Amino acid sequence: MFPTFSKYLNKSTSAAPLAVFRVFFGLMMLVSIIRFMLNGWVYKLYIEPKFFFSYYGFEWVQPLGDYTYLIFIICGIASLFVALGYKYRLAIIVFFLSFTYIELMDKTTYLNHYYFISCVGFLMVFLPANAYFSLDAYKNPSKAFLRIPKWTVDSIKFLLGLVYIHAGLAKLNSDWLFKAMPLKIWLPSKYDLPILGDLLQQEWVHFAFSWSGAIYDLIIPFLLLYKPTRWFAFALVVIFHVLTRVLFPIGMFPFIMIVSALIFFDVGVHHRILGFISRLFRINYSKVISMANEKSFRFKRNFTLPIVAIFLAVQLLLPWRYLLYPNELFWTEEGFRFSWRVMLMEKAGYAQFTIKNTEKGEQFVVDNDDFLTSFQEKQMSFQPDFILEYAHYLGNHFKKQGHENVGVFVESYVALNGRLSQPFIAPKVDLLKKNESFCRKDWILPFNDEIKGL
Amino acid sequence: MISPFGWIFLNFKPSKMKYLKLSAIVFSLTLILASCSNSSDNPESADDNFDRGAMLANWADNIIIPAYTSFNAKAADLKTKTTEFSTNPTVEKLQELRNTWESAYVSFQHVSMFEIGKAEELRFRNRVNIYPTDTAQIEGFISTGEYNLDLPSTIDAQGFPALDYMINGLATNDNEIISFYTSHTNAEGYKNYVNTLASTISSLSAEVLTSWTAGYRDVFVSNTASSASGAVDKFTNAYIFYYEKSLRAGKIGIPAGVYSNGVLPEKVEAFYKEDISKKLLLESITATHNFFNGKKFDGNTNGPSFKTYLDYLNTIKNGENLSALIDGQFTVAHNKANELNPNFVEQIATDNTKMLQTFDELQRNVVLMKVDMVQALNISINYVDADGD
Repeated sequence: MFPTFSKYLNKSTSAAPLAVFRVFFGLMMLVSIIRFMLNGWVYKLYIEPKFFFSYYGFEWVQPLGDYTYLIFIICGIASLFVALGYKYRLAIIVFFLSFTYIELMDKTTYLNHYYFISCVGFLMVFLPANAYFSLDAYKNPSKAFLRIPKWTVDSIKFLLGLVYIHAGLAKLNSDWLFKAMPLKIWLPSKYDLPILGDLLQQEWVHFAFSWSGAIYDLIIPFLLLYKPTRWFAFALVVIFHVLTRVLFPIGMFPFIMIVSALIFFDVGVHHRILGFISRLFRINYSKVISMANEKSFRFKRNFTLPIVAIFLAVQLLLPWRYLLYPNELFWTEEGFRFSWRVMLMEKAGYAQFTIKNTEKGEQFVVDNDDFLTSFQEKQMSFQPDFILEYAHYLGNHFKKQGHENVGVFVESYVALNGRLSQPFIAPKVDLLKKNESFCRKDWILPFNDEIKGL
Repeated sequence: MISPFGWIFLNFKPSKMKYLKLSAIVFSLTLILASCSNSSDNPESADDNFDRGAMLANWADNIIIPAYTSFNAKAADLKTKTTEFSTNPTVEKLQELRNTWESAYVSFQHVSMFEIGKAEELRFRNRVNIYPTDTAQIEGFISTGEYNLDLPSTIDAQGFPALDYMINGLATNDNEIISFYTSHTNAEGYKNYVNTLASTISSLSAEVLTSWTAGYRDVFVSNTASSASGAVDKFTNAYIFYYEKSLRAGKIGIPAGVYSNGVLPEKVEAFYKEDISKKLLLESITATHNFFNGKKFDGNTNGPSFKTYLDYLNTIKNGENLSALIDGQFTVAHNKANELNPNFVEQIATDNTKMLQTFDELQRNVVLMKVDMVQALNISINYVDADGD
């Protein structure tokens, strides 16, 4: 076992796939950042709101007012530098930090694909993605290599595989497979798509989409790894992700996944892609090849491999932390995020907060519009950690205004996957007396139903 | 934006060509599909899809436009009666004006929820029915004679609540009220202001109605897109917003002290008239209820509506009968409200729990509509990459 493993670690492979991945990843991120800014979302999501929902432990990460634009600009420039492979190590570190900072500013905007990008960014800090077809290599030919350790490319494949397989496993539940939920809610509303619109009203189509989605996620990494099925698999990747782009508001994610899947291809494909890019920019590609060292790139420091190994192990385990919580995951969302649970549920809620003077019994209801944007209110009203954080914010706000013996209570209802809405948070619990932690939230009311499966 | 990759692949070996071609074709097709999906206007097929165009047409032709037409006539009447009163301020004319004002105010409850298109642009509801009215600002305007009711800062000095003050609230008895328009040193100022108030309501209403009849109707009915900018999504948001904020909170919640320490009876609707706040509430519950059921404005037949839309979706979903729950809850809330004193100021003073009970019954439909109905219809609230993933 160990000899084969260390032999594997010493294997080298062409540097081209990782170079292609770096170029496309950088460009995709640049486009994403520009799109985000052009849509006016920096202002709408990070400057306009009065209050931001923080991740537990990251309360210190806050938007910087108008300077928030600066973070986006820095992140965009870093993306470009990553694509060019210019001062790569610094660029990818700046990219990872700025992008992650943006994501940590407000968890209202949490998306699995943003988390995916942070993960890839972190991983790429440790990979020799600038060893080939980069400005760094061009400027300093002693740092240009034709070959790199095989595990570096495989680590990206492994991460992609984890995303798909976890997403697939998460779909193995009774709502998804036997009720075709939430697709049964989402698909009929796309009635205005040409050709598809009428089809999306049919129940069998909802089931077909649910089942094929689950099967796709579970087998696609293997079809991509296995050479005879690779092109077929890539065609599936394109069809699947473009379809999700048409049906759901998920922005750039489908394109990022399509481009990422290229990493599974053979060296020849990547050389052709790089050759094509070279022709576009009038770069002499044969010179790029000839100036690179024939020897494989070698890590000078030996901590890289352990860090990548630990990172991937954490990625492997993190989605399973929900097993430590006893209640229905979709209801309590304890351990829901950072687990590739993508497009799994349709959840909506209503939360009305009451500020009580716990001594005198006087009370009044809060108008959420005074504190939250409509998007924040929507996200807050069905996620317990949001409700708790907002309750504390309200409590502090009214204490500062001079209210005494403040208690914060919530009357809330949540509807999950088409079930009729039902009470969500215990209405008699003073939320100021509860604090965020990784412990079970015993003030969430029971989910009076069962969703079987993983 | 990554379509160039599509043709990189065309350089590949023939064995791989078929997958390449397949993916390139699917890729481009779906991109085209995605980019033109909003502008498509292919006719809905009759059977296997709910016809949103027909629902929008029922809303526009049988409810919205007739309701505005009816209100517009009452608003014009209000303007006429105000002129008559100001040229000849007698107790009799005052009483006539009050009746017309009341009838227009009641009629307004049927259009207040339609804050879309021109009404949204004009902020129609804010221009016509913000209460409590700001009497100090009104008196200031009258004494200086300088005001521009188009300014957002003047919304609480105009509309029905301001007229309420001008015809019911200036003094405690009719003769004293009349004296403001006859013997007061600035009687002209009072006359001008009361006329400006009435003519502003009338011209705003005419502007909204004209916009519907002169083109907006077709824009509205044809905008069947399923996105945050589609007519169904936008209108549903506006409807629920009205029900939650203006009806439930404005008419009952705020005066009953739900949002404050202690009750705020001075914030009831039609505060100076005193005895019609219940009438206005019941009318608005009926109007929103009828709208939910798609009931014709001047008729008893029901057309395509939220109710039939929910029923259609439920044939796919087989869940709870949501439309029956909402329909039933409207009736429950209406019956509860019917137990109240016609004068909410008195009701709050004698037994505020009845107000709070009414609030609770209205609240149940906020949950059913804002959570369950919006989920069932898959209405988008905001345009950001968010839903689902």
